[in-house]
Amino acid sequence: MADIKVAAYICKGCGLGERLDTDALVKIAQKDGKVPLAKSHDFLCNADGVAMIKNDIANEGVTHIMIGACSRRAKTEAFFFPENAVARANLREGVVWIRPDTEEARETTQDMAEDYIRMGCAEVKAMTAPGGNTNTGTSKTLLVVGGGVTGMTTAIEASKTGYSVVLVEKSGELGGWAAKLYKRTPVHEPFKSPADTGVADLASQVMGDSNIKVYLNATIAKTDGAPGRFVVDIATESGATHTEDIGAIVQATGFTLYDVNKLPELGGGKSPNVVDQAGLEVLAKAAAAGDGIIRRPSDNQPVKSVVFVQCAGQRDPTGTHLSYCSGFCCNASIKQAMYFKDTNPSVDTTIIYTDLRTPGNGEDFYRSAQEKGVIFTKGKVAEVVPNGNTSTVKFNDLILGDTDASMVDVDLVVLATGQVANSGINIDALTKPQVEGQEGEASAAGTVEVKPISILNLTYRQGPDVPQLKQGFTDSHFICFPYETRRTGIYTAGPVRRPMDIAQAREDATGAALKAIQALENAELGRAAHPRSGDLSFPKVRLEGCTQCKRCTVECPFGAIDEDEKRFPVFNESRCRRCGTCMGACPVRVISFENYSVNTVGAQIKAVDIPDEFSEKPRILILACENDAYPALDMAGMSRNEYSAFVRIIPIRCLGSVNTIWITDALNAGYDGVMLMGCKSGDEYQCHFVKGSELGRVRMSKIDDTLKTLNLESERVRDLEVAITDIERVPDMINKYAAELVAVGPSPFKGF
Amino acid sequence: MSANTALAEKYRNNFLKEIEEQVEMGDWVKMCMQCGVCSGSCPTNFQSAWEHPPQELFMMIRAGKREEVLTSSSMWNCTSCYNCIVRCPRKLPITHIMHGIAEYAHRLGMAPKMQPTRFFSGLFWKNCTHTGRVNELKLSMGLYFKDGLGAGIKEGMKMKDVAIGLLKAKRLNPFELLGGHKCKDQKGIQAMLKKAYEIERSRKAAKMAG
Repeated sequence: MADIKVAAYICKGCGLGERLDTDALVKIAQKDGKVPLAKSHDFLCNADGVAMIKNDIANEGVTHIMIGACSRRAKTEAFFFPENAVARANLREGVVWIRPDTEEARETTQDMAEDYIRMGCAEVKAMTAPGGNTNTGTSKTLLVVGGGVTGMTTAIEASKTGYSVVLVEKSGELGGWAAKLYKRTPVHEPFKSPADTGVADLASQVMGDSNIKVYLNATIAKTDGAPGRFVVDIATESGATHTEDIGAIVQATGFTLYDVNKLPELGGGKSPNVVDQAGLEVLAKAAAAGDGIIRRPSDNQPVKSVVFVQCAGQRDPTGTHLSYCSGFCCNASIKQAMYFKDTNPSVDTTIIYTDLRTPGNGEDFYRSAQEKGVIFTKGKVAEVVPNGNTSTVKFNDLILGDTDASMVDVDLVVLATGQVANSGINIDALTKPQVEGQEGEASAAGTVEVKPISILNLTYRQGPDVPQLKQGFTDSHFICFPYETRRTGIYTAGPVRRPMDIAQAREDATGAALKAIQALENAELGRAAHPRSGDLSFPKVRLEGCTQCKRCTVECPFGAIDEDEKRFPVFNESRCRRCGTCMGACPVRVISFENYSVNTVGAQIKAVDIPDEFSEKPRILILACENDAYPALDMAGMSRNEYSAFVRIIPIRCLGSVNTIWITDALNAGYDGVMLMGCKSGDEYQCHFVKGSELGRVRMSKIDDTLKTLNLESERVRDLEVAITDIERVPDMINKYAAELVAVGPSPFKGF
Repeated sequence: MSANTALAEKYRNNFLKEIEEQVEMGDWVKMCMQCGVCSGSCPTNFQSAWEHPPQELFMMIRAGKREEVLTSSSMWNCTSCYNCIVRCPRKLPITHIMHGIAEYAHRLGMAPKMQPTRFFSGLFWKNCTHTGRVNELKLSMGLYFKDGLGAGIKEGMKMKDVAIGLLKAKRLNPFELLGGHKCKDQKGIQAMLKKAYEIERSRKAAKMAG
C-alpha cells in the first residue's frame, strides 16, 4: 500500500472524443481524482494505446490504472494488466451510447462522464491487484460417489482425460439400476426394439482401467477440506477405513423408485401381480433365463394380458404423491410391453397414459410398439382391484369420455412409478425446528421424506450433504449451470439432480466430469470456479474486528465458511465462489476482497458530485448485478436505448454483496434515490450465486427502518428484478423511477 | 347364425384384430396416436355431422366397442375430401379406413338402414347396374321418396323451380320414368357383374372364415 501510483487514461475512440470534452475529463482526473498521471489517447485499445499504458507501468512506476473508455465487459484482452489494480469508467456503453447526441443533452452527458471518471479514480485507489488464494491443494484425483451408469461414465470420461479416479459404490457390484434391467430403450437407429443395457461393458471398462480405483461395499464416512484438497474417509464393509486425497467430487447417487406400497388404490402391495417397473424387469430377467415366457408371480402361469399404468404416483396435483413427471417411464413401459410382444404377439398389452412423453428418439420407439400391436389408451387409472390371480383396472377413458371404463381379467399390472433422488440429508430441513407430530403430516403432504443417511458426510458447518432445491433433487440451475451444486468442487450428475433416463445420465456424467476437472485445476491455481471462473480475488477478513455474529457463516450460499474452536469464521478460500455475500452480510464490515470491498464501492458513491437542490439535476445511484443487470444495461447502450443522465451505475458482484452501509452513505450524501438491480430469486432463481439475490433482498427488506431514521420516503430505495434480456425494459424502469423521484422531490440531504 | 354373430364370436373381445383382418386398410387403426388433427381437419365436422370423429372411432375400435362402431353413422358421413390423409402426422389413410369400416358394417348388415349416404349408395348401384346406365330421374326420385310419399312430395316441391328450369332447358326428360335409355349390351354387363360378385363373395367368405 505504501507506494501506489495511479494513472488515468481517457480514450477518444468510438465517438467519445466527439461527444465528450476529453480534455476536461483529463483535468477532472487530475483535480478531483487526484491522479498524478492522466492522459488521453485517440484509440486506447489499439496496440499503440496499450503500449503507452505498459510503458507507464514499466517506466513510470504506475501500479493502479483507471481506464475511461468502454464498459469493463469490453476489450478485456487489450486491457489485461494482471499485476496491477485496474478500474474502468464506462464512458461508451454507460454514457455516450445511452444519451442523445443533441446540444441540450451535452451538458448532462458531460456531467455523467465526469462523475464516472471521479468514481473510477476513487475506486482504483481503494483496490489492490488480486494475488490469488495461497491456501490451495494439488490433488488431481476425482472422487465418484455411486457406481451406476452415471458414476461409471464419469469415471471413464475423467480417466480418458488423464485424471485418476476413486469410485465408491455402496453395493457389492457396479451397475446400479441399469444392471437390474433386462434391456434398455434403444439409443441407436432404427429405435425399434429394446437393446442391451451395455452395463457389463461399462463395468469391465471401469474394472480394467488402472486409473480408476474402485471401492465396492463402501460408503463415504467423512469428507473434509476444500476443492483441490479434500480428504475423504471411505468406510468399507470389513470395517476398515481408507483415506484418499481428492481434488473434486462427482456425486452420482441416482434414485430410488417411488414406493408402490404408497399406492394401495392402484393395487400396490395388495397383490404379487401388481408390480412396479423394476418388478417387471425381475420377471423379464427370470423369463429370459428360462423359457422366455413372462409368468405372473401369484401362480406362475404365463401372462396373457398386461396393463401398464403410467404416471402412477406421479404428476399428482393433490400433493399426496410426486408432483413431477420422471420423464423416463413412458419409454420404459413401451420397452416392457415389447418384452411381451417380442416373445408372443398374442399377449394383450395395454398402456394407459394421460400424456405419452417419449423424449429422445422415443417417437420412433412408440411407433414401433404400435406396429407390434401394443394398445395405447388415453385415460386416467382410478383403481386397480386385484381379485385372485387377476385384477380389474378401472379407468376414466379420456378420449371416449367414459368415466367408468374398465379392463377385466388382467394377469399383470405394471405401475410406472417415478424417480426419487438419493440426495442424502435435506440440510435445510435440519435447520428448521421439527415440531412433534408434524412429521406424518409433512409426508402426507407429498414432500419427499428426509432420508436419514448422509451420503457425503461433509464436515461443513452448514450440513453434511449438498443442498436440495425442490422435491429432494440437488440444487443446480437446470439451464445455466446444471452440474454445479452449492458446494464448490462437488458436482451432481444423473437422476440425483433431476429425473432422467440412461442416455441423459451418460451425457450428464460427461459434463459433470469435465466441470469437476475444471474445478480442481482452478483450485490448484488459487482461482475461483464458476461463475467467476479464474478470479484471483478471495475474501479477506480482519478477525480482530469480528464480533462472531455468524451472519457470514450462516449466509454463505456455498458453505465456504466454517467456525474455529473460538467461534471465529474460518474462510475456506477454495470453496468460495467470490460472490461477496459474506461481505454484504457483515455488520462490522471486516470482510473484503482485494479488488472489491465496502471501500471500493463506498469510495465511488462518495466521489460523485451531487449538485444542490436548485440545479434540477437529481442523482440516482444504481447498484447493478454484474451477471445480468449490468450486461443488460450495456446491451441497452449497444442498442442505443436512451435513459436518464442522472443515474450513476456501479456494478456489483451480486445483490447479496450489497452492504446496507452503501445505501445509508448514498442517502446521506444527498442522492435522491437508489435502485438495486438483481436477479430473480426463489425456486425459479436466476441468480448466478443461487441464494445471493435472495439473501440480498431479505437484507434490503429491512432498509425501511434506515429510511425512517433518516426521515426519508420509502420510494428512495427501489429493489428491482432484472434479467439479462431486459434490454428494452431496463431503460424504461430507470426513466420511470427518475420521473417518480421528481414527484417525491429532491433529497433533503443535499449540500451537507 | 348370421355373419355378424359368427364374426363377433370368432374374434371375441378383440375387435381391433377383427378390423385389422376384415377391413380394408384396417391394419392402420393401431397406429393412430390420438392427436385429433383428422377431426380438426374434417370439413363435415363443422356441421356436427359426425357422431364420432375419426380418431374417436379408432379409439373405440381399440376399446372393443364393436356394436357402437359398426352401427354408427359416422363413417358414412365421409365426403372423401382427403384432408385428413394429407394432414395425418402418422400417415394413416383415414378416408380409406372410413370407407372400409362402412363397407364392413354394411356387409354385416349392421349399418343404419336409412342413413342417406348408405341409402343413396345402394340406390345408385341398383340403378346403374340395372340397365348399364344411370337413370337420373329415377335415382333422384328414389332418394326423395326414401322416407315415404308425403316426405317425398314435400322435399320434391322444394326443388320444383330447379326441375322446371331443367325441363325448359331440355336437361330432364319425364319419359325416362317409363324405362329410360339403356346400354347396348345389357346381357354382357350382367354377366360381368355376376362374375365380379362371385369373385368378391368367395374372397370375403374366405376372409370371414379366416
